[in-house]
Amino acid sequence: MKLSEDDLHAYVDDRHDLERRRAVEAELAQSPEDAARAAAYREQSAALHALYDPVLGEPVPERLRNVRASGRGARYAIAAGWFVAGAALGWLAHEFAGDRPPSRPSFARQAAVAHAVYSPEVRHPVEVGAAEQEHLVNWLSKRLGAKLRAPLLTREGYELVGGRLLPGDSGAVAQFMYQDAKGKRLTLYVSRLAAENRDTAFRFSQEDKVAVFYWIDGRLGYALSGEMPKPELLEVATSVYRQLNP
Amino acid sequence: MNPERIAEHIPRLRRYARALVGDQYAADDLVQDTIERAINKRHLWRPGSDLRAWLFAIMHNVFVNQLRSRRAHPEEALDDDALPAVMPLDGVQLEIRDLQAALALLPPEQRAVVLLVGLEQLTYAEVSDALGIPIGTVMSRLFRGRERLRAMLTGAPALPGLKVVK
Repeated sequence: MKLSEDDLHAYVDDRHDLERRRAVEAELAQSPEDAARAAAYREQSAALHALYDPVLGEPVPERLRNVRASGRGARYAIAAGWFVAGAALGWLAHEFAGDRPPSRPSFARQAAVAHAVYSPEVRHPVEVGAAEQEHLVNWLSKRLGAKLRAPLLTREGYELVGGRLLPGDSGAVAQFMYQDAKGKRLTLYVSRLAAENRDTAFRFSQEDKVAVFYWIDGRLGYALSGEMPKPELLEVATSVYRQLNP
Repeated sequence: MNPERIAEHIPRLRRYARALVGDQYAADDLVQDTIERAINKRHLWRPGSDLRAWLFAIMHNVFVNQLRSRRAHPEEALDDDALPAVMPLDGVQLEIRDLQAALALLPPEQRAVVLLVGLEQLTYAEVSDALGIPIGTVMSRLFRGRERLRAMLTGAPALPGLKVVK
């Protein structure tokens, strides 16, 4: 069969079921030209996220928080102030309250924000799914310029959902997402650090509802985030750490 | 509908608007007009339907109206200072700036589809609803937009007469 454009784009956008995806992959293996296009289109989407996702974390300007009904609808006007910045991210509001520029968030906070933004996603929690784990890890490794690994957390009850590329302070950041049988999610946030840092032991930060364990290992910073009690998260963090440092 | 439910969508409306129009202030103008219109027309929203898709549809109408009224005026140059902070790695920075420039060169109707699918991750059917165009048109704009972007970013010639094979 000749690969249709519909199939190729649905593959790029991860809209196929497993069987169909396998069929498309088989076709792509036969056609380097189509495979190169599929890869380029995927890169486009990843680059769009890298370029524009930071807008999600910007404080919402006053004028957008206080939009009122206009014209004939004015009688529905709502009291000013109900447009609270970051209502979607509830707990972000107090950091960004007011119009002063936000201070640069800490590594743990950035990881927690990324967790809060993506872990509730039902339909598109990740850019590349676990079914393509090899592609996922290679892609993220390439973008971070460091060899990454997605730890296996089956024993802790979590399966890899997939991962995505995010922008960070010193370049690209990888986020791996895991989920347990009840749908509870964990994210592992991996950032290439700008300068050589001393390795650190585990550090803990409670970012509102999100608990974060983070540590530095060589040129990579890791943060494991989840909405769960500290001891439970520590157990998983320990497993992650052991696997990354065999 | 409780207007606070609209507020929840502001960050994503802003992201899409920024990518669509490039300039931060123009983008926030677009968001502001969208929210205003959504509040005025909130009795038209069908409870239970996807609020986000409805907001994107409103934003699209506002955007198209703005394009029409702006035709009379010369295109403003992209303000370099308005570019968001980019990643500090040399190669990546170049790539990102190129993408933004290439995006601005896409016809608006292709840019909208590429962004709604690739950035906002709407399904093809949701894009069809939001833009009020048939799904076949969504797909052909997606094919052309992505291929044109690829051609601009790699210097490779776009595939001639990209065919839509069902």
